[in-house]
Amino acid sequence: MTEILLFAIPALLIILGALIVVFAKNPVHNAMGLVLTLTSLAIVYISLNATFVAMVQMLVYAGAVMTLFLFVIMMIGVDKPEQSRKEIKGQTFLISGTLILLVSIIVYIGLENGLNWDLLFPESENAIEGTPSLLASSMFTSWVFPFEVISILLIVATTSALALAYEFKKSESND
Amino acid sequence: MIEVTSDWYLTLSAVLFSIGFLGMMFRKNALIMFMCIELMLNAVNLTFITASKHLGLIDGQIAVFFVLVVAAAEVVVGLAIIVSIFKKQESASVDMLSSSKG
Repeated sequence: MTEILLFAIPALLIILGALIVVFAKNPVHNAMGLVLTLTSLAIVYISLNATFVAMVQMLVYAGAVMTLFLFVIMMIGVDKPEQSRKEIKGQTFLISGTLILLVSIIVYIGLENGLNWDLLFPESENAIEGTPSLLASSMFTSWVFPFEVISILLIVATTSALALAYEFKKSESND
Repeated sequence: MIEVTSDWYLTLSAVLFSIGFLGMMFRKNALIMFMCIELMLNAVNLTFITASKHLGLIDGQIAVFFVLVVAAAEVVVGLAIIVSIFKKQESASVDMLSSSKG
């Protein structure tokens, strides 16, 4: 019973937060909905034995990324409604078509075999606990090349963010 | 007695991805679209962690770290672009960005 509650309550909060992200009018509410989703996801991660990932999720996503989002929302103003209601040709049709497709796939799988996704592998007996030492022992041995590549990506992202900000200042002084 | 299996988590992940996709298609505000991308990335992360538990391998959780870093980098660059666009045309709506189509 505890197990089911530990799944159901965060799951409901995740969906609620996601719906707030999509449908709220005020951008600050959208950001808070995203915080709700990310925090509840961290709880789900803990119940999936991924404790370290849950901590990183809280620190990086709910902490750093959301701060960045709120910072930008505050910077460009929260009181402006979406100005144009003009639609791209056939947009509504395409959206509803794709949405109906996605939902019907989920419902089909749900009804067809009682929420059993036809997983190729049986559930493993080997229970793992996502501790930092276990993660590190794999990341710095077999995953060390992707690790290095991702560090280059971070440097590139930092540099490009700086370059974007700098270019703007220069063009303003020219005006 | 019902047991919580991997299928439940995968269904939750599919629903989360669908909501994120809906928002991505529906909203015109570039910031909200970015948040919806975050939703979709998190749905993928949930799938990775479920797979990691299901298969008893740690590699799924490592993949989550890489997704996390890519998401952070994407947000940094994307928000910098949004801010610099906003400074030019006082709007974060993607409809106003049609001037970049050449």
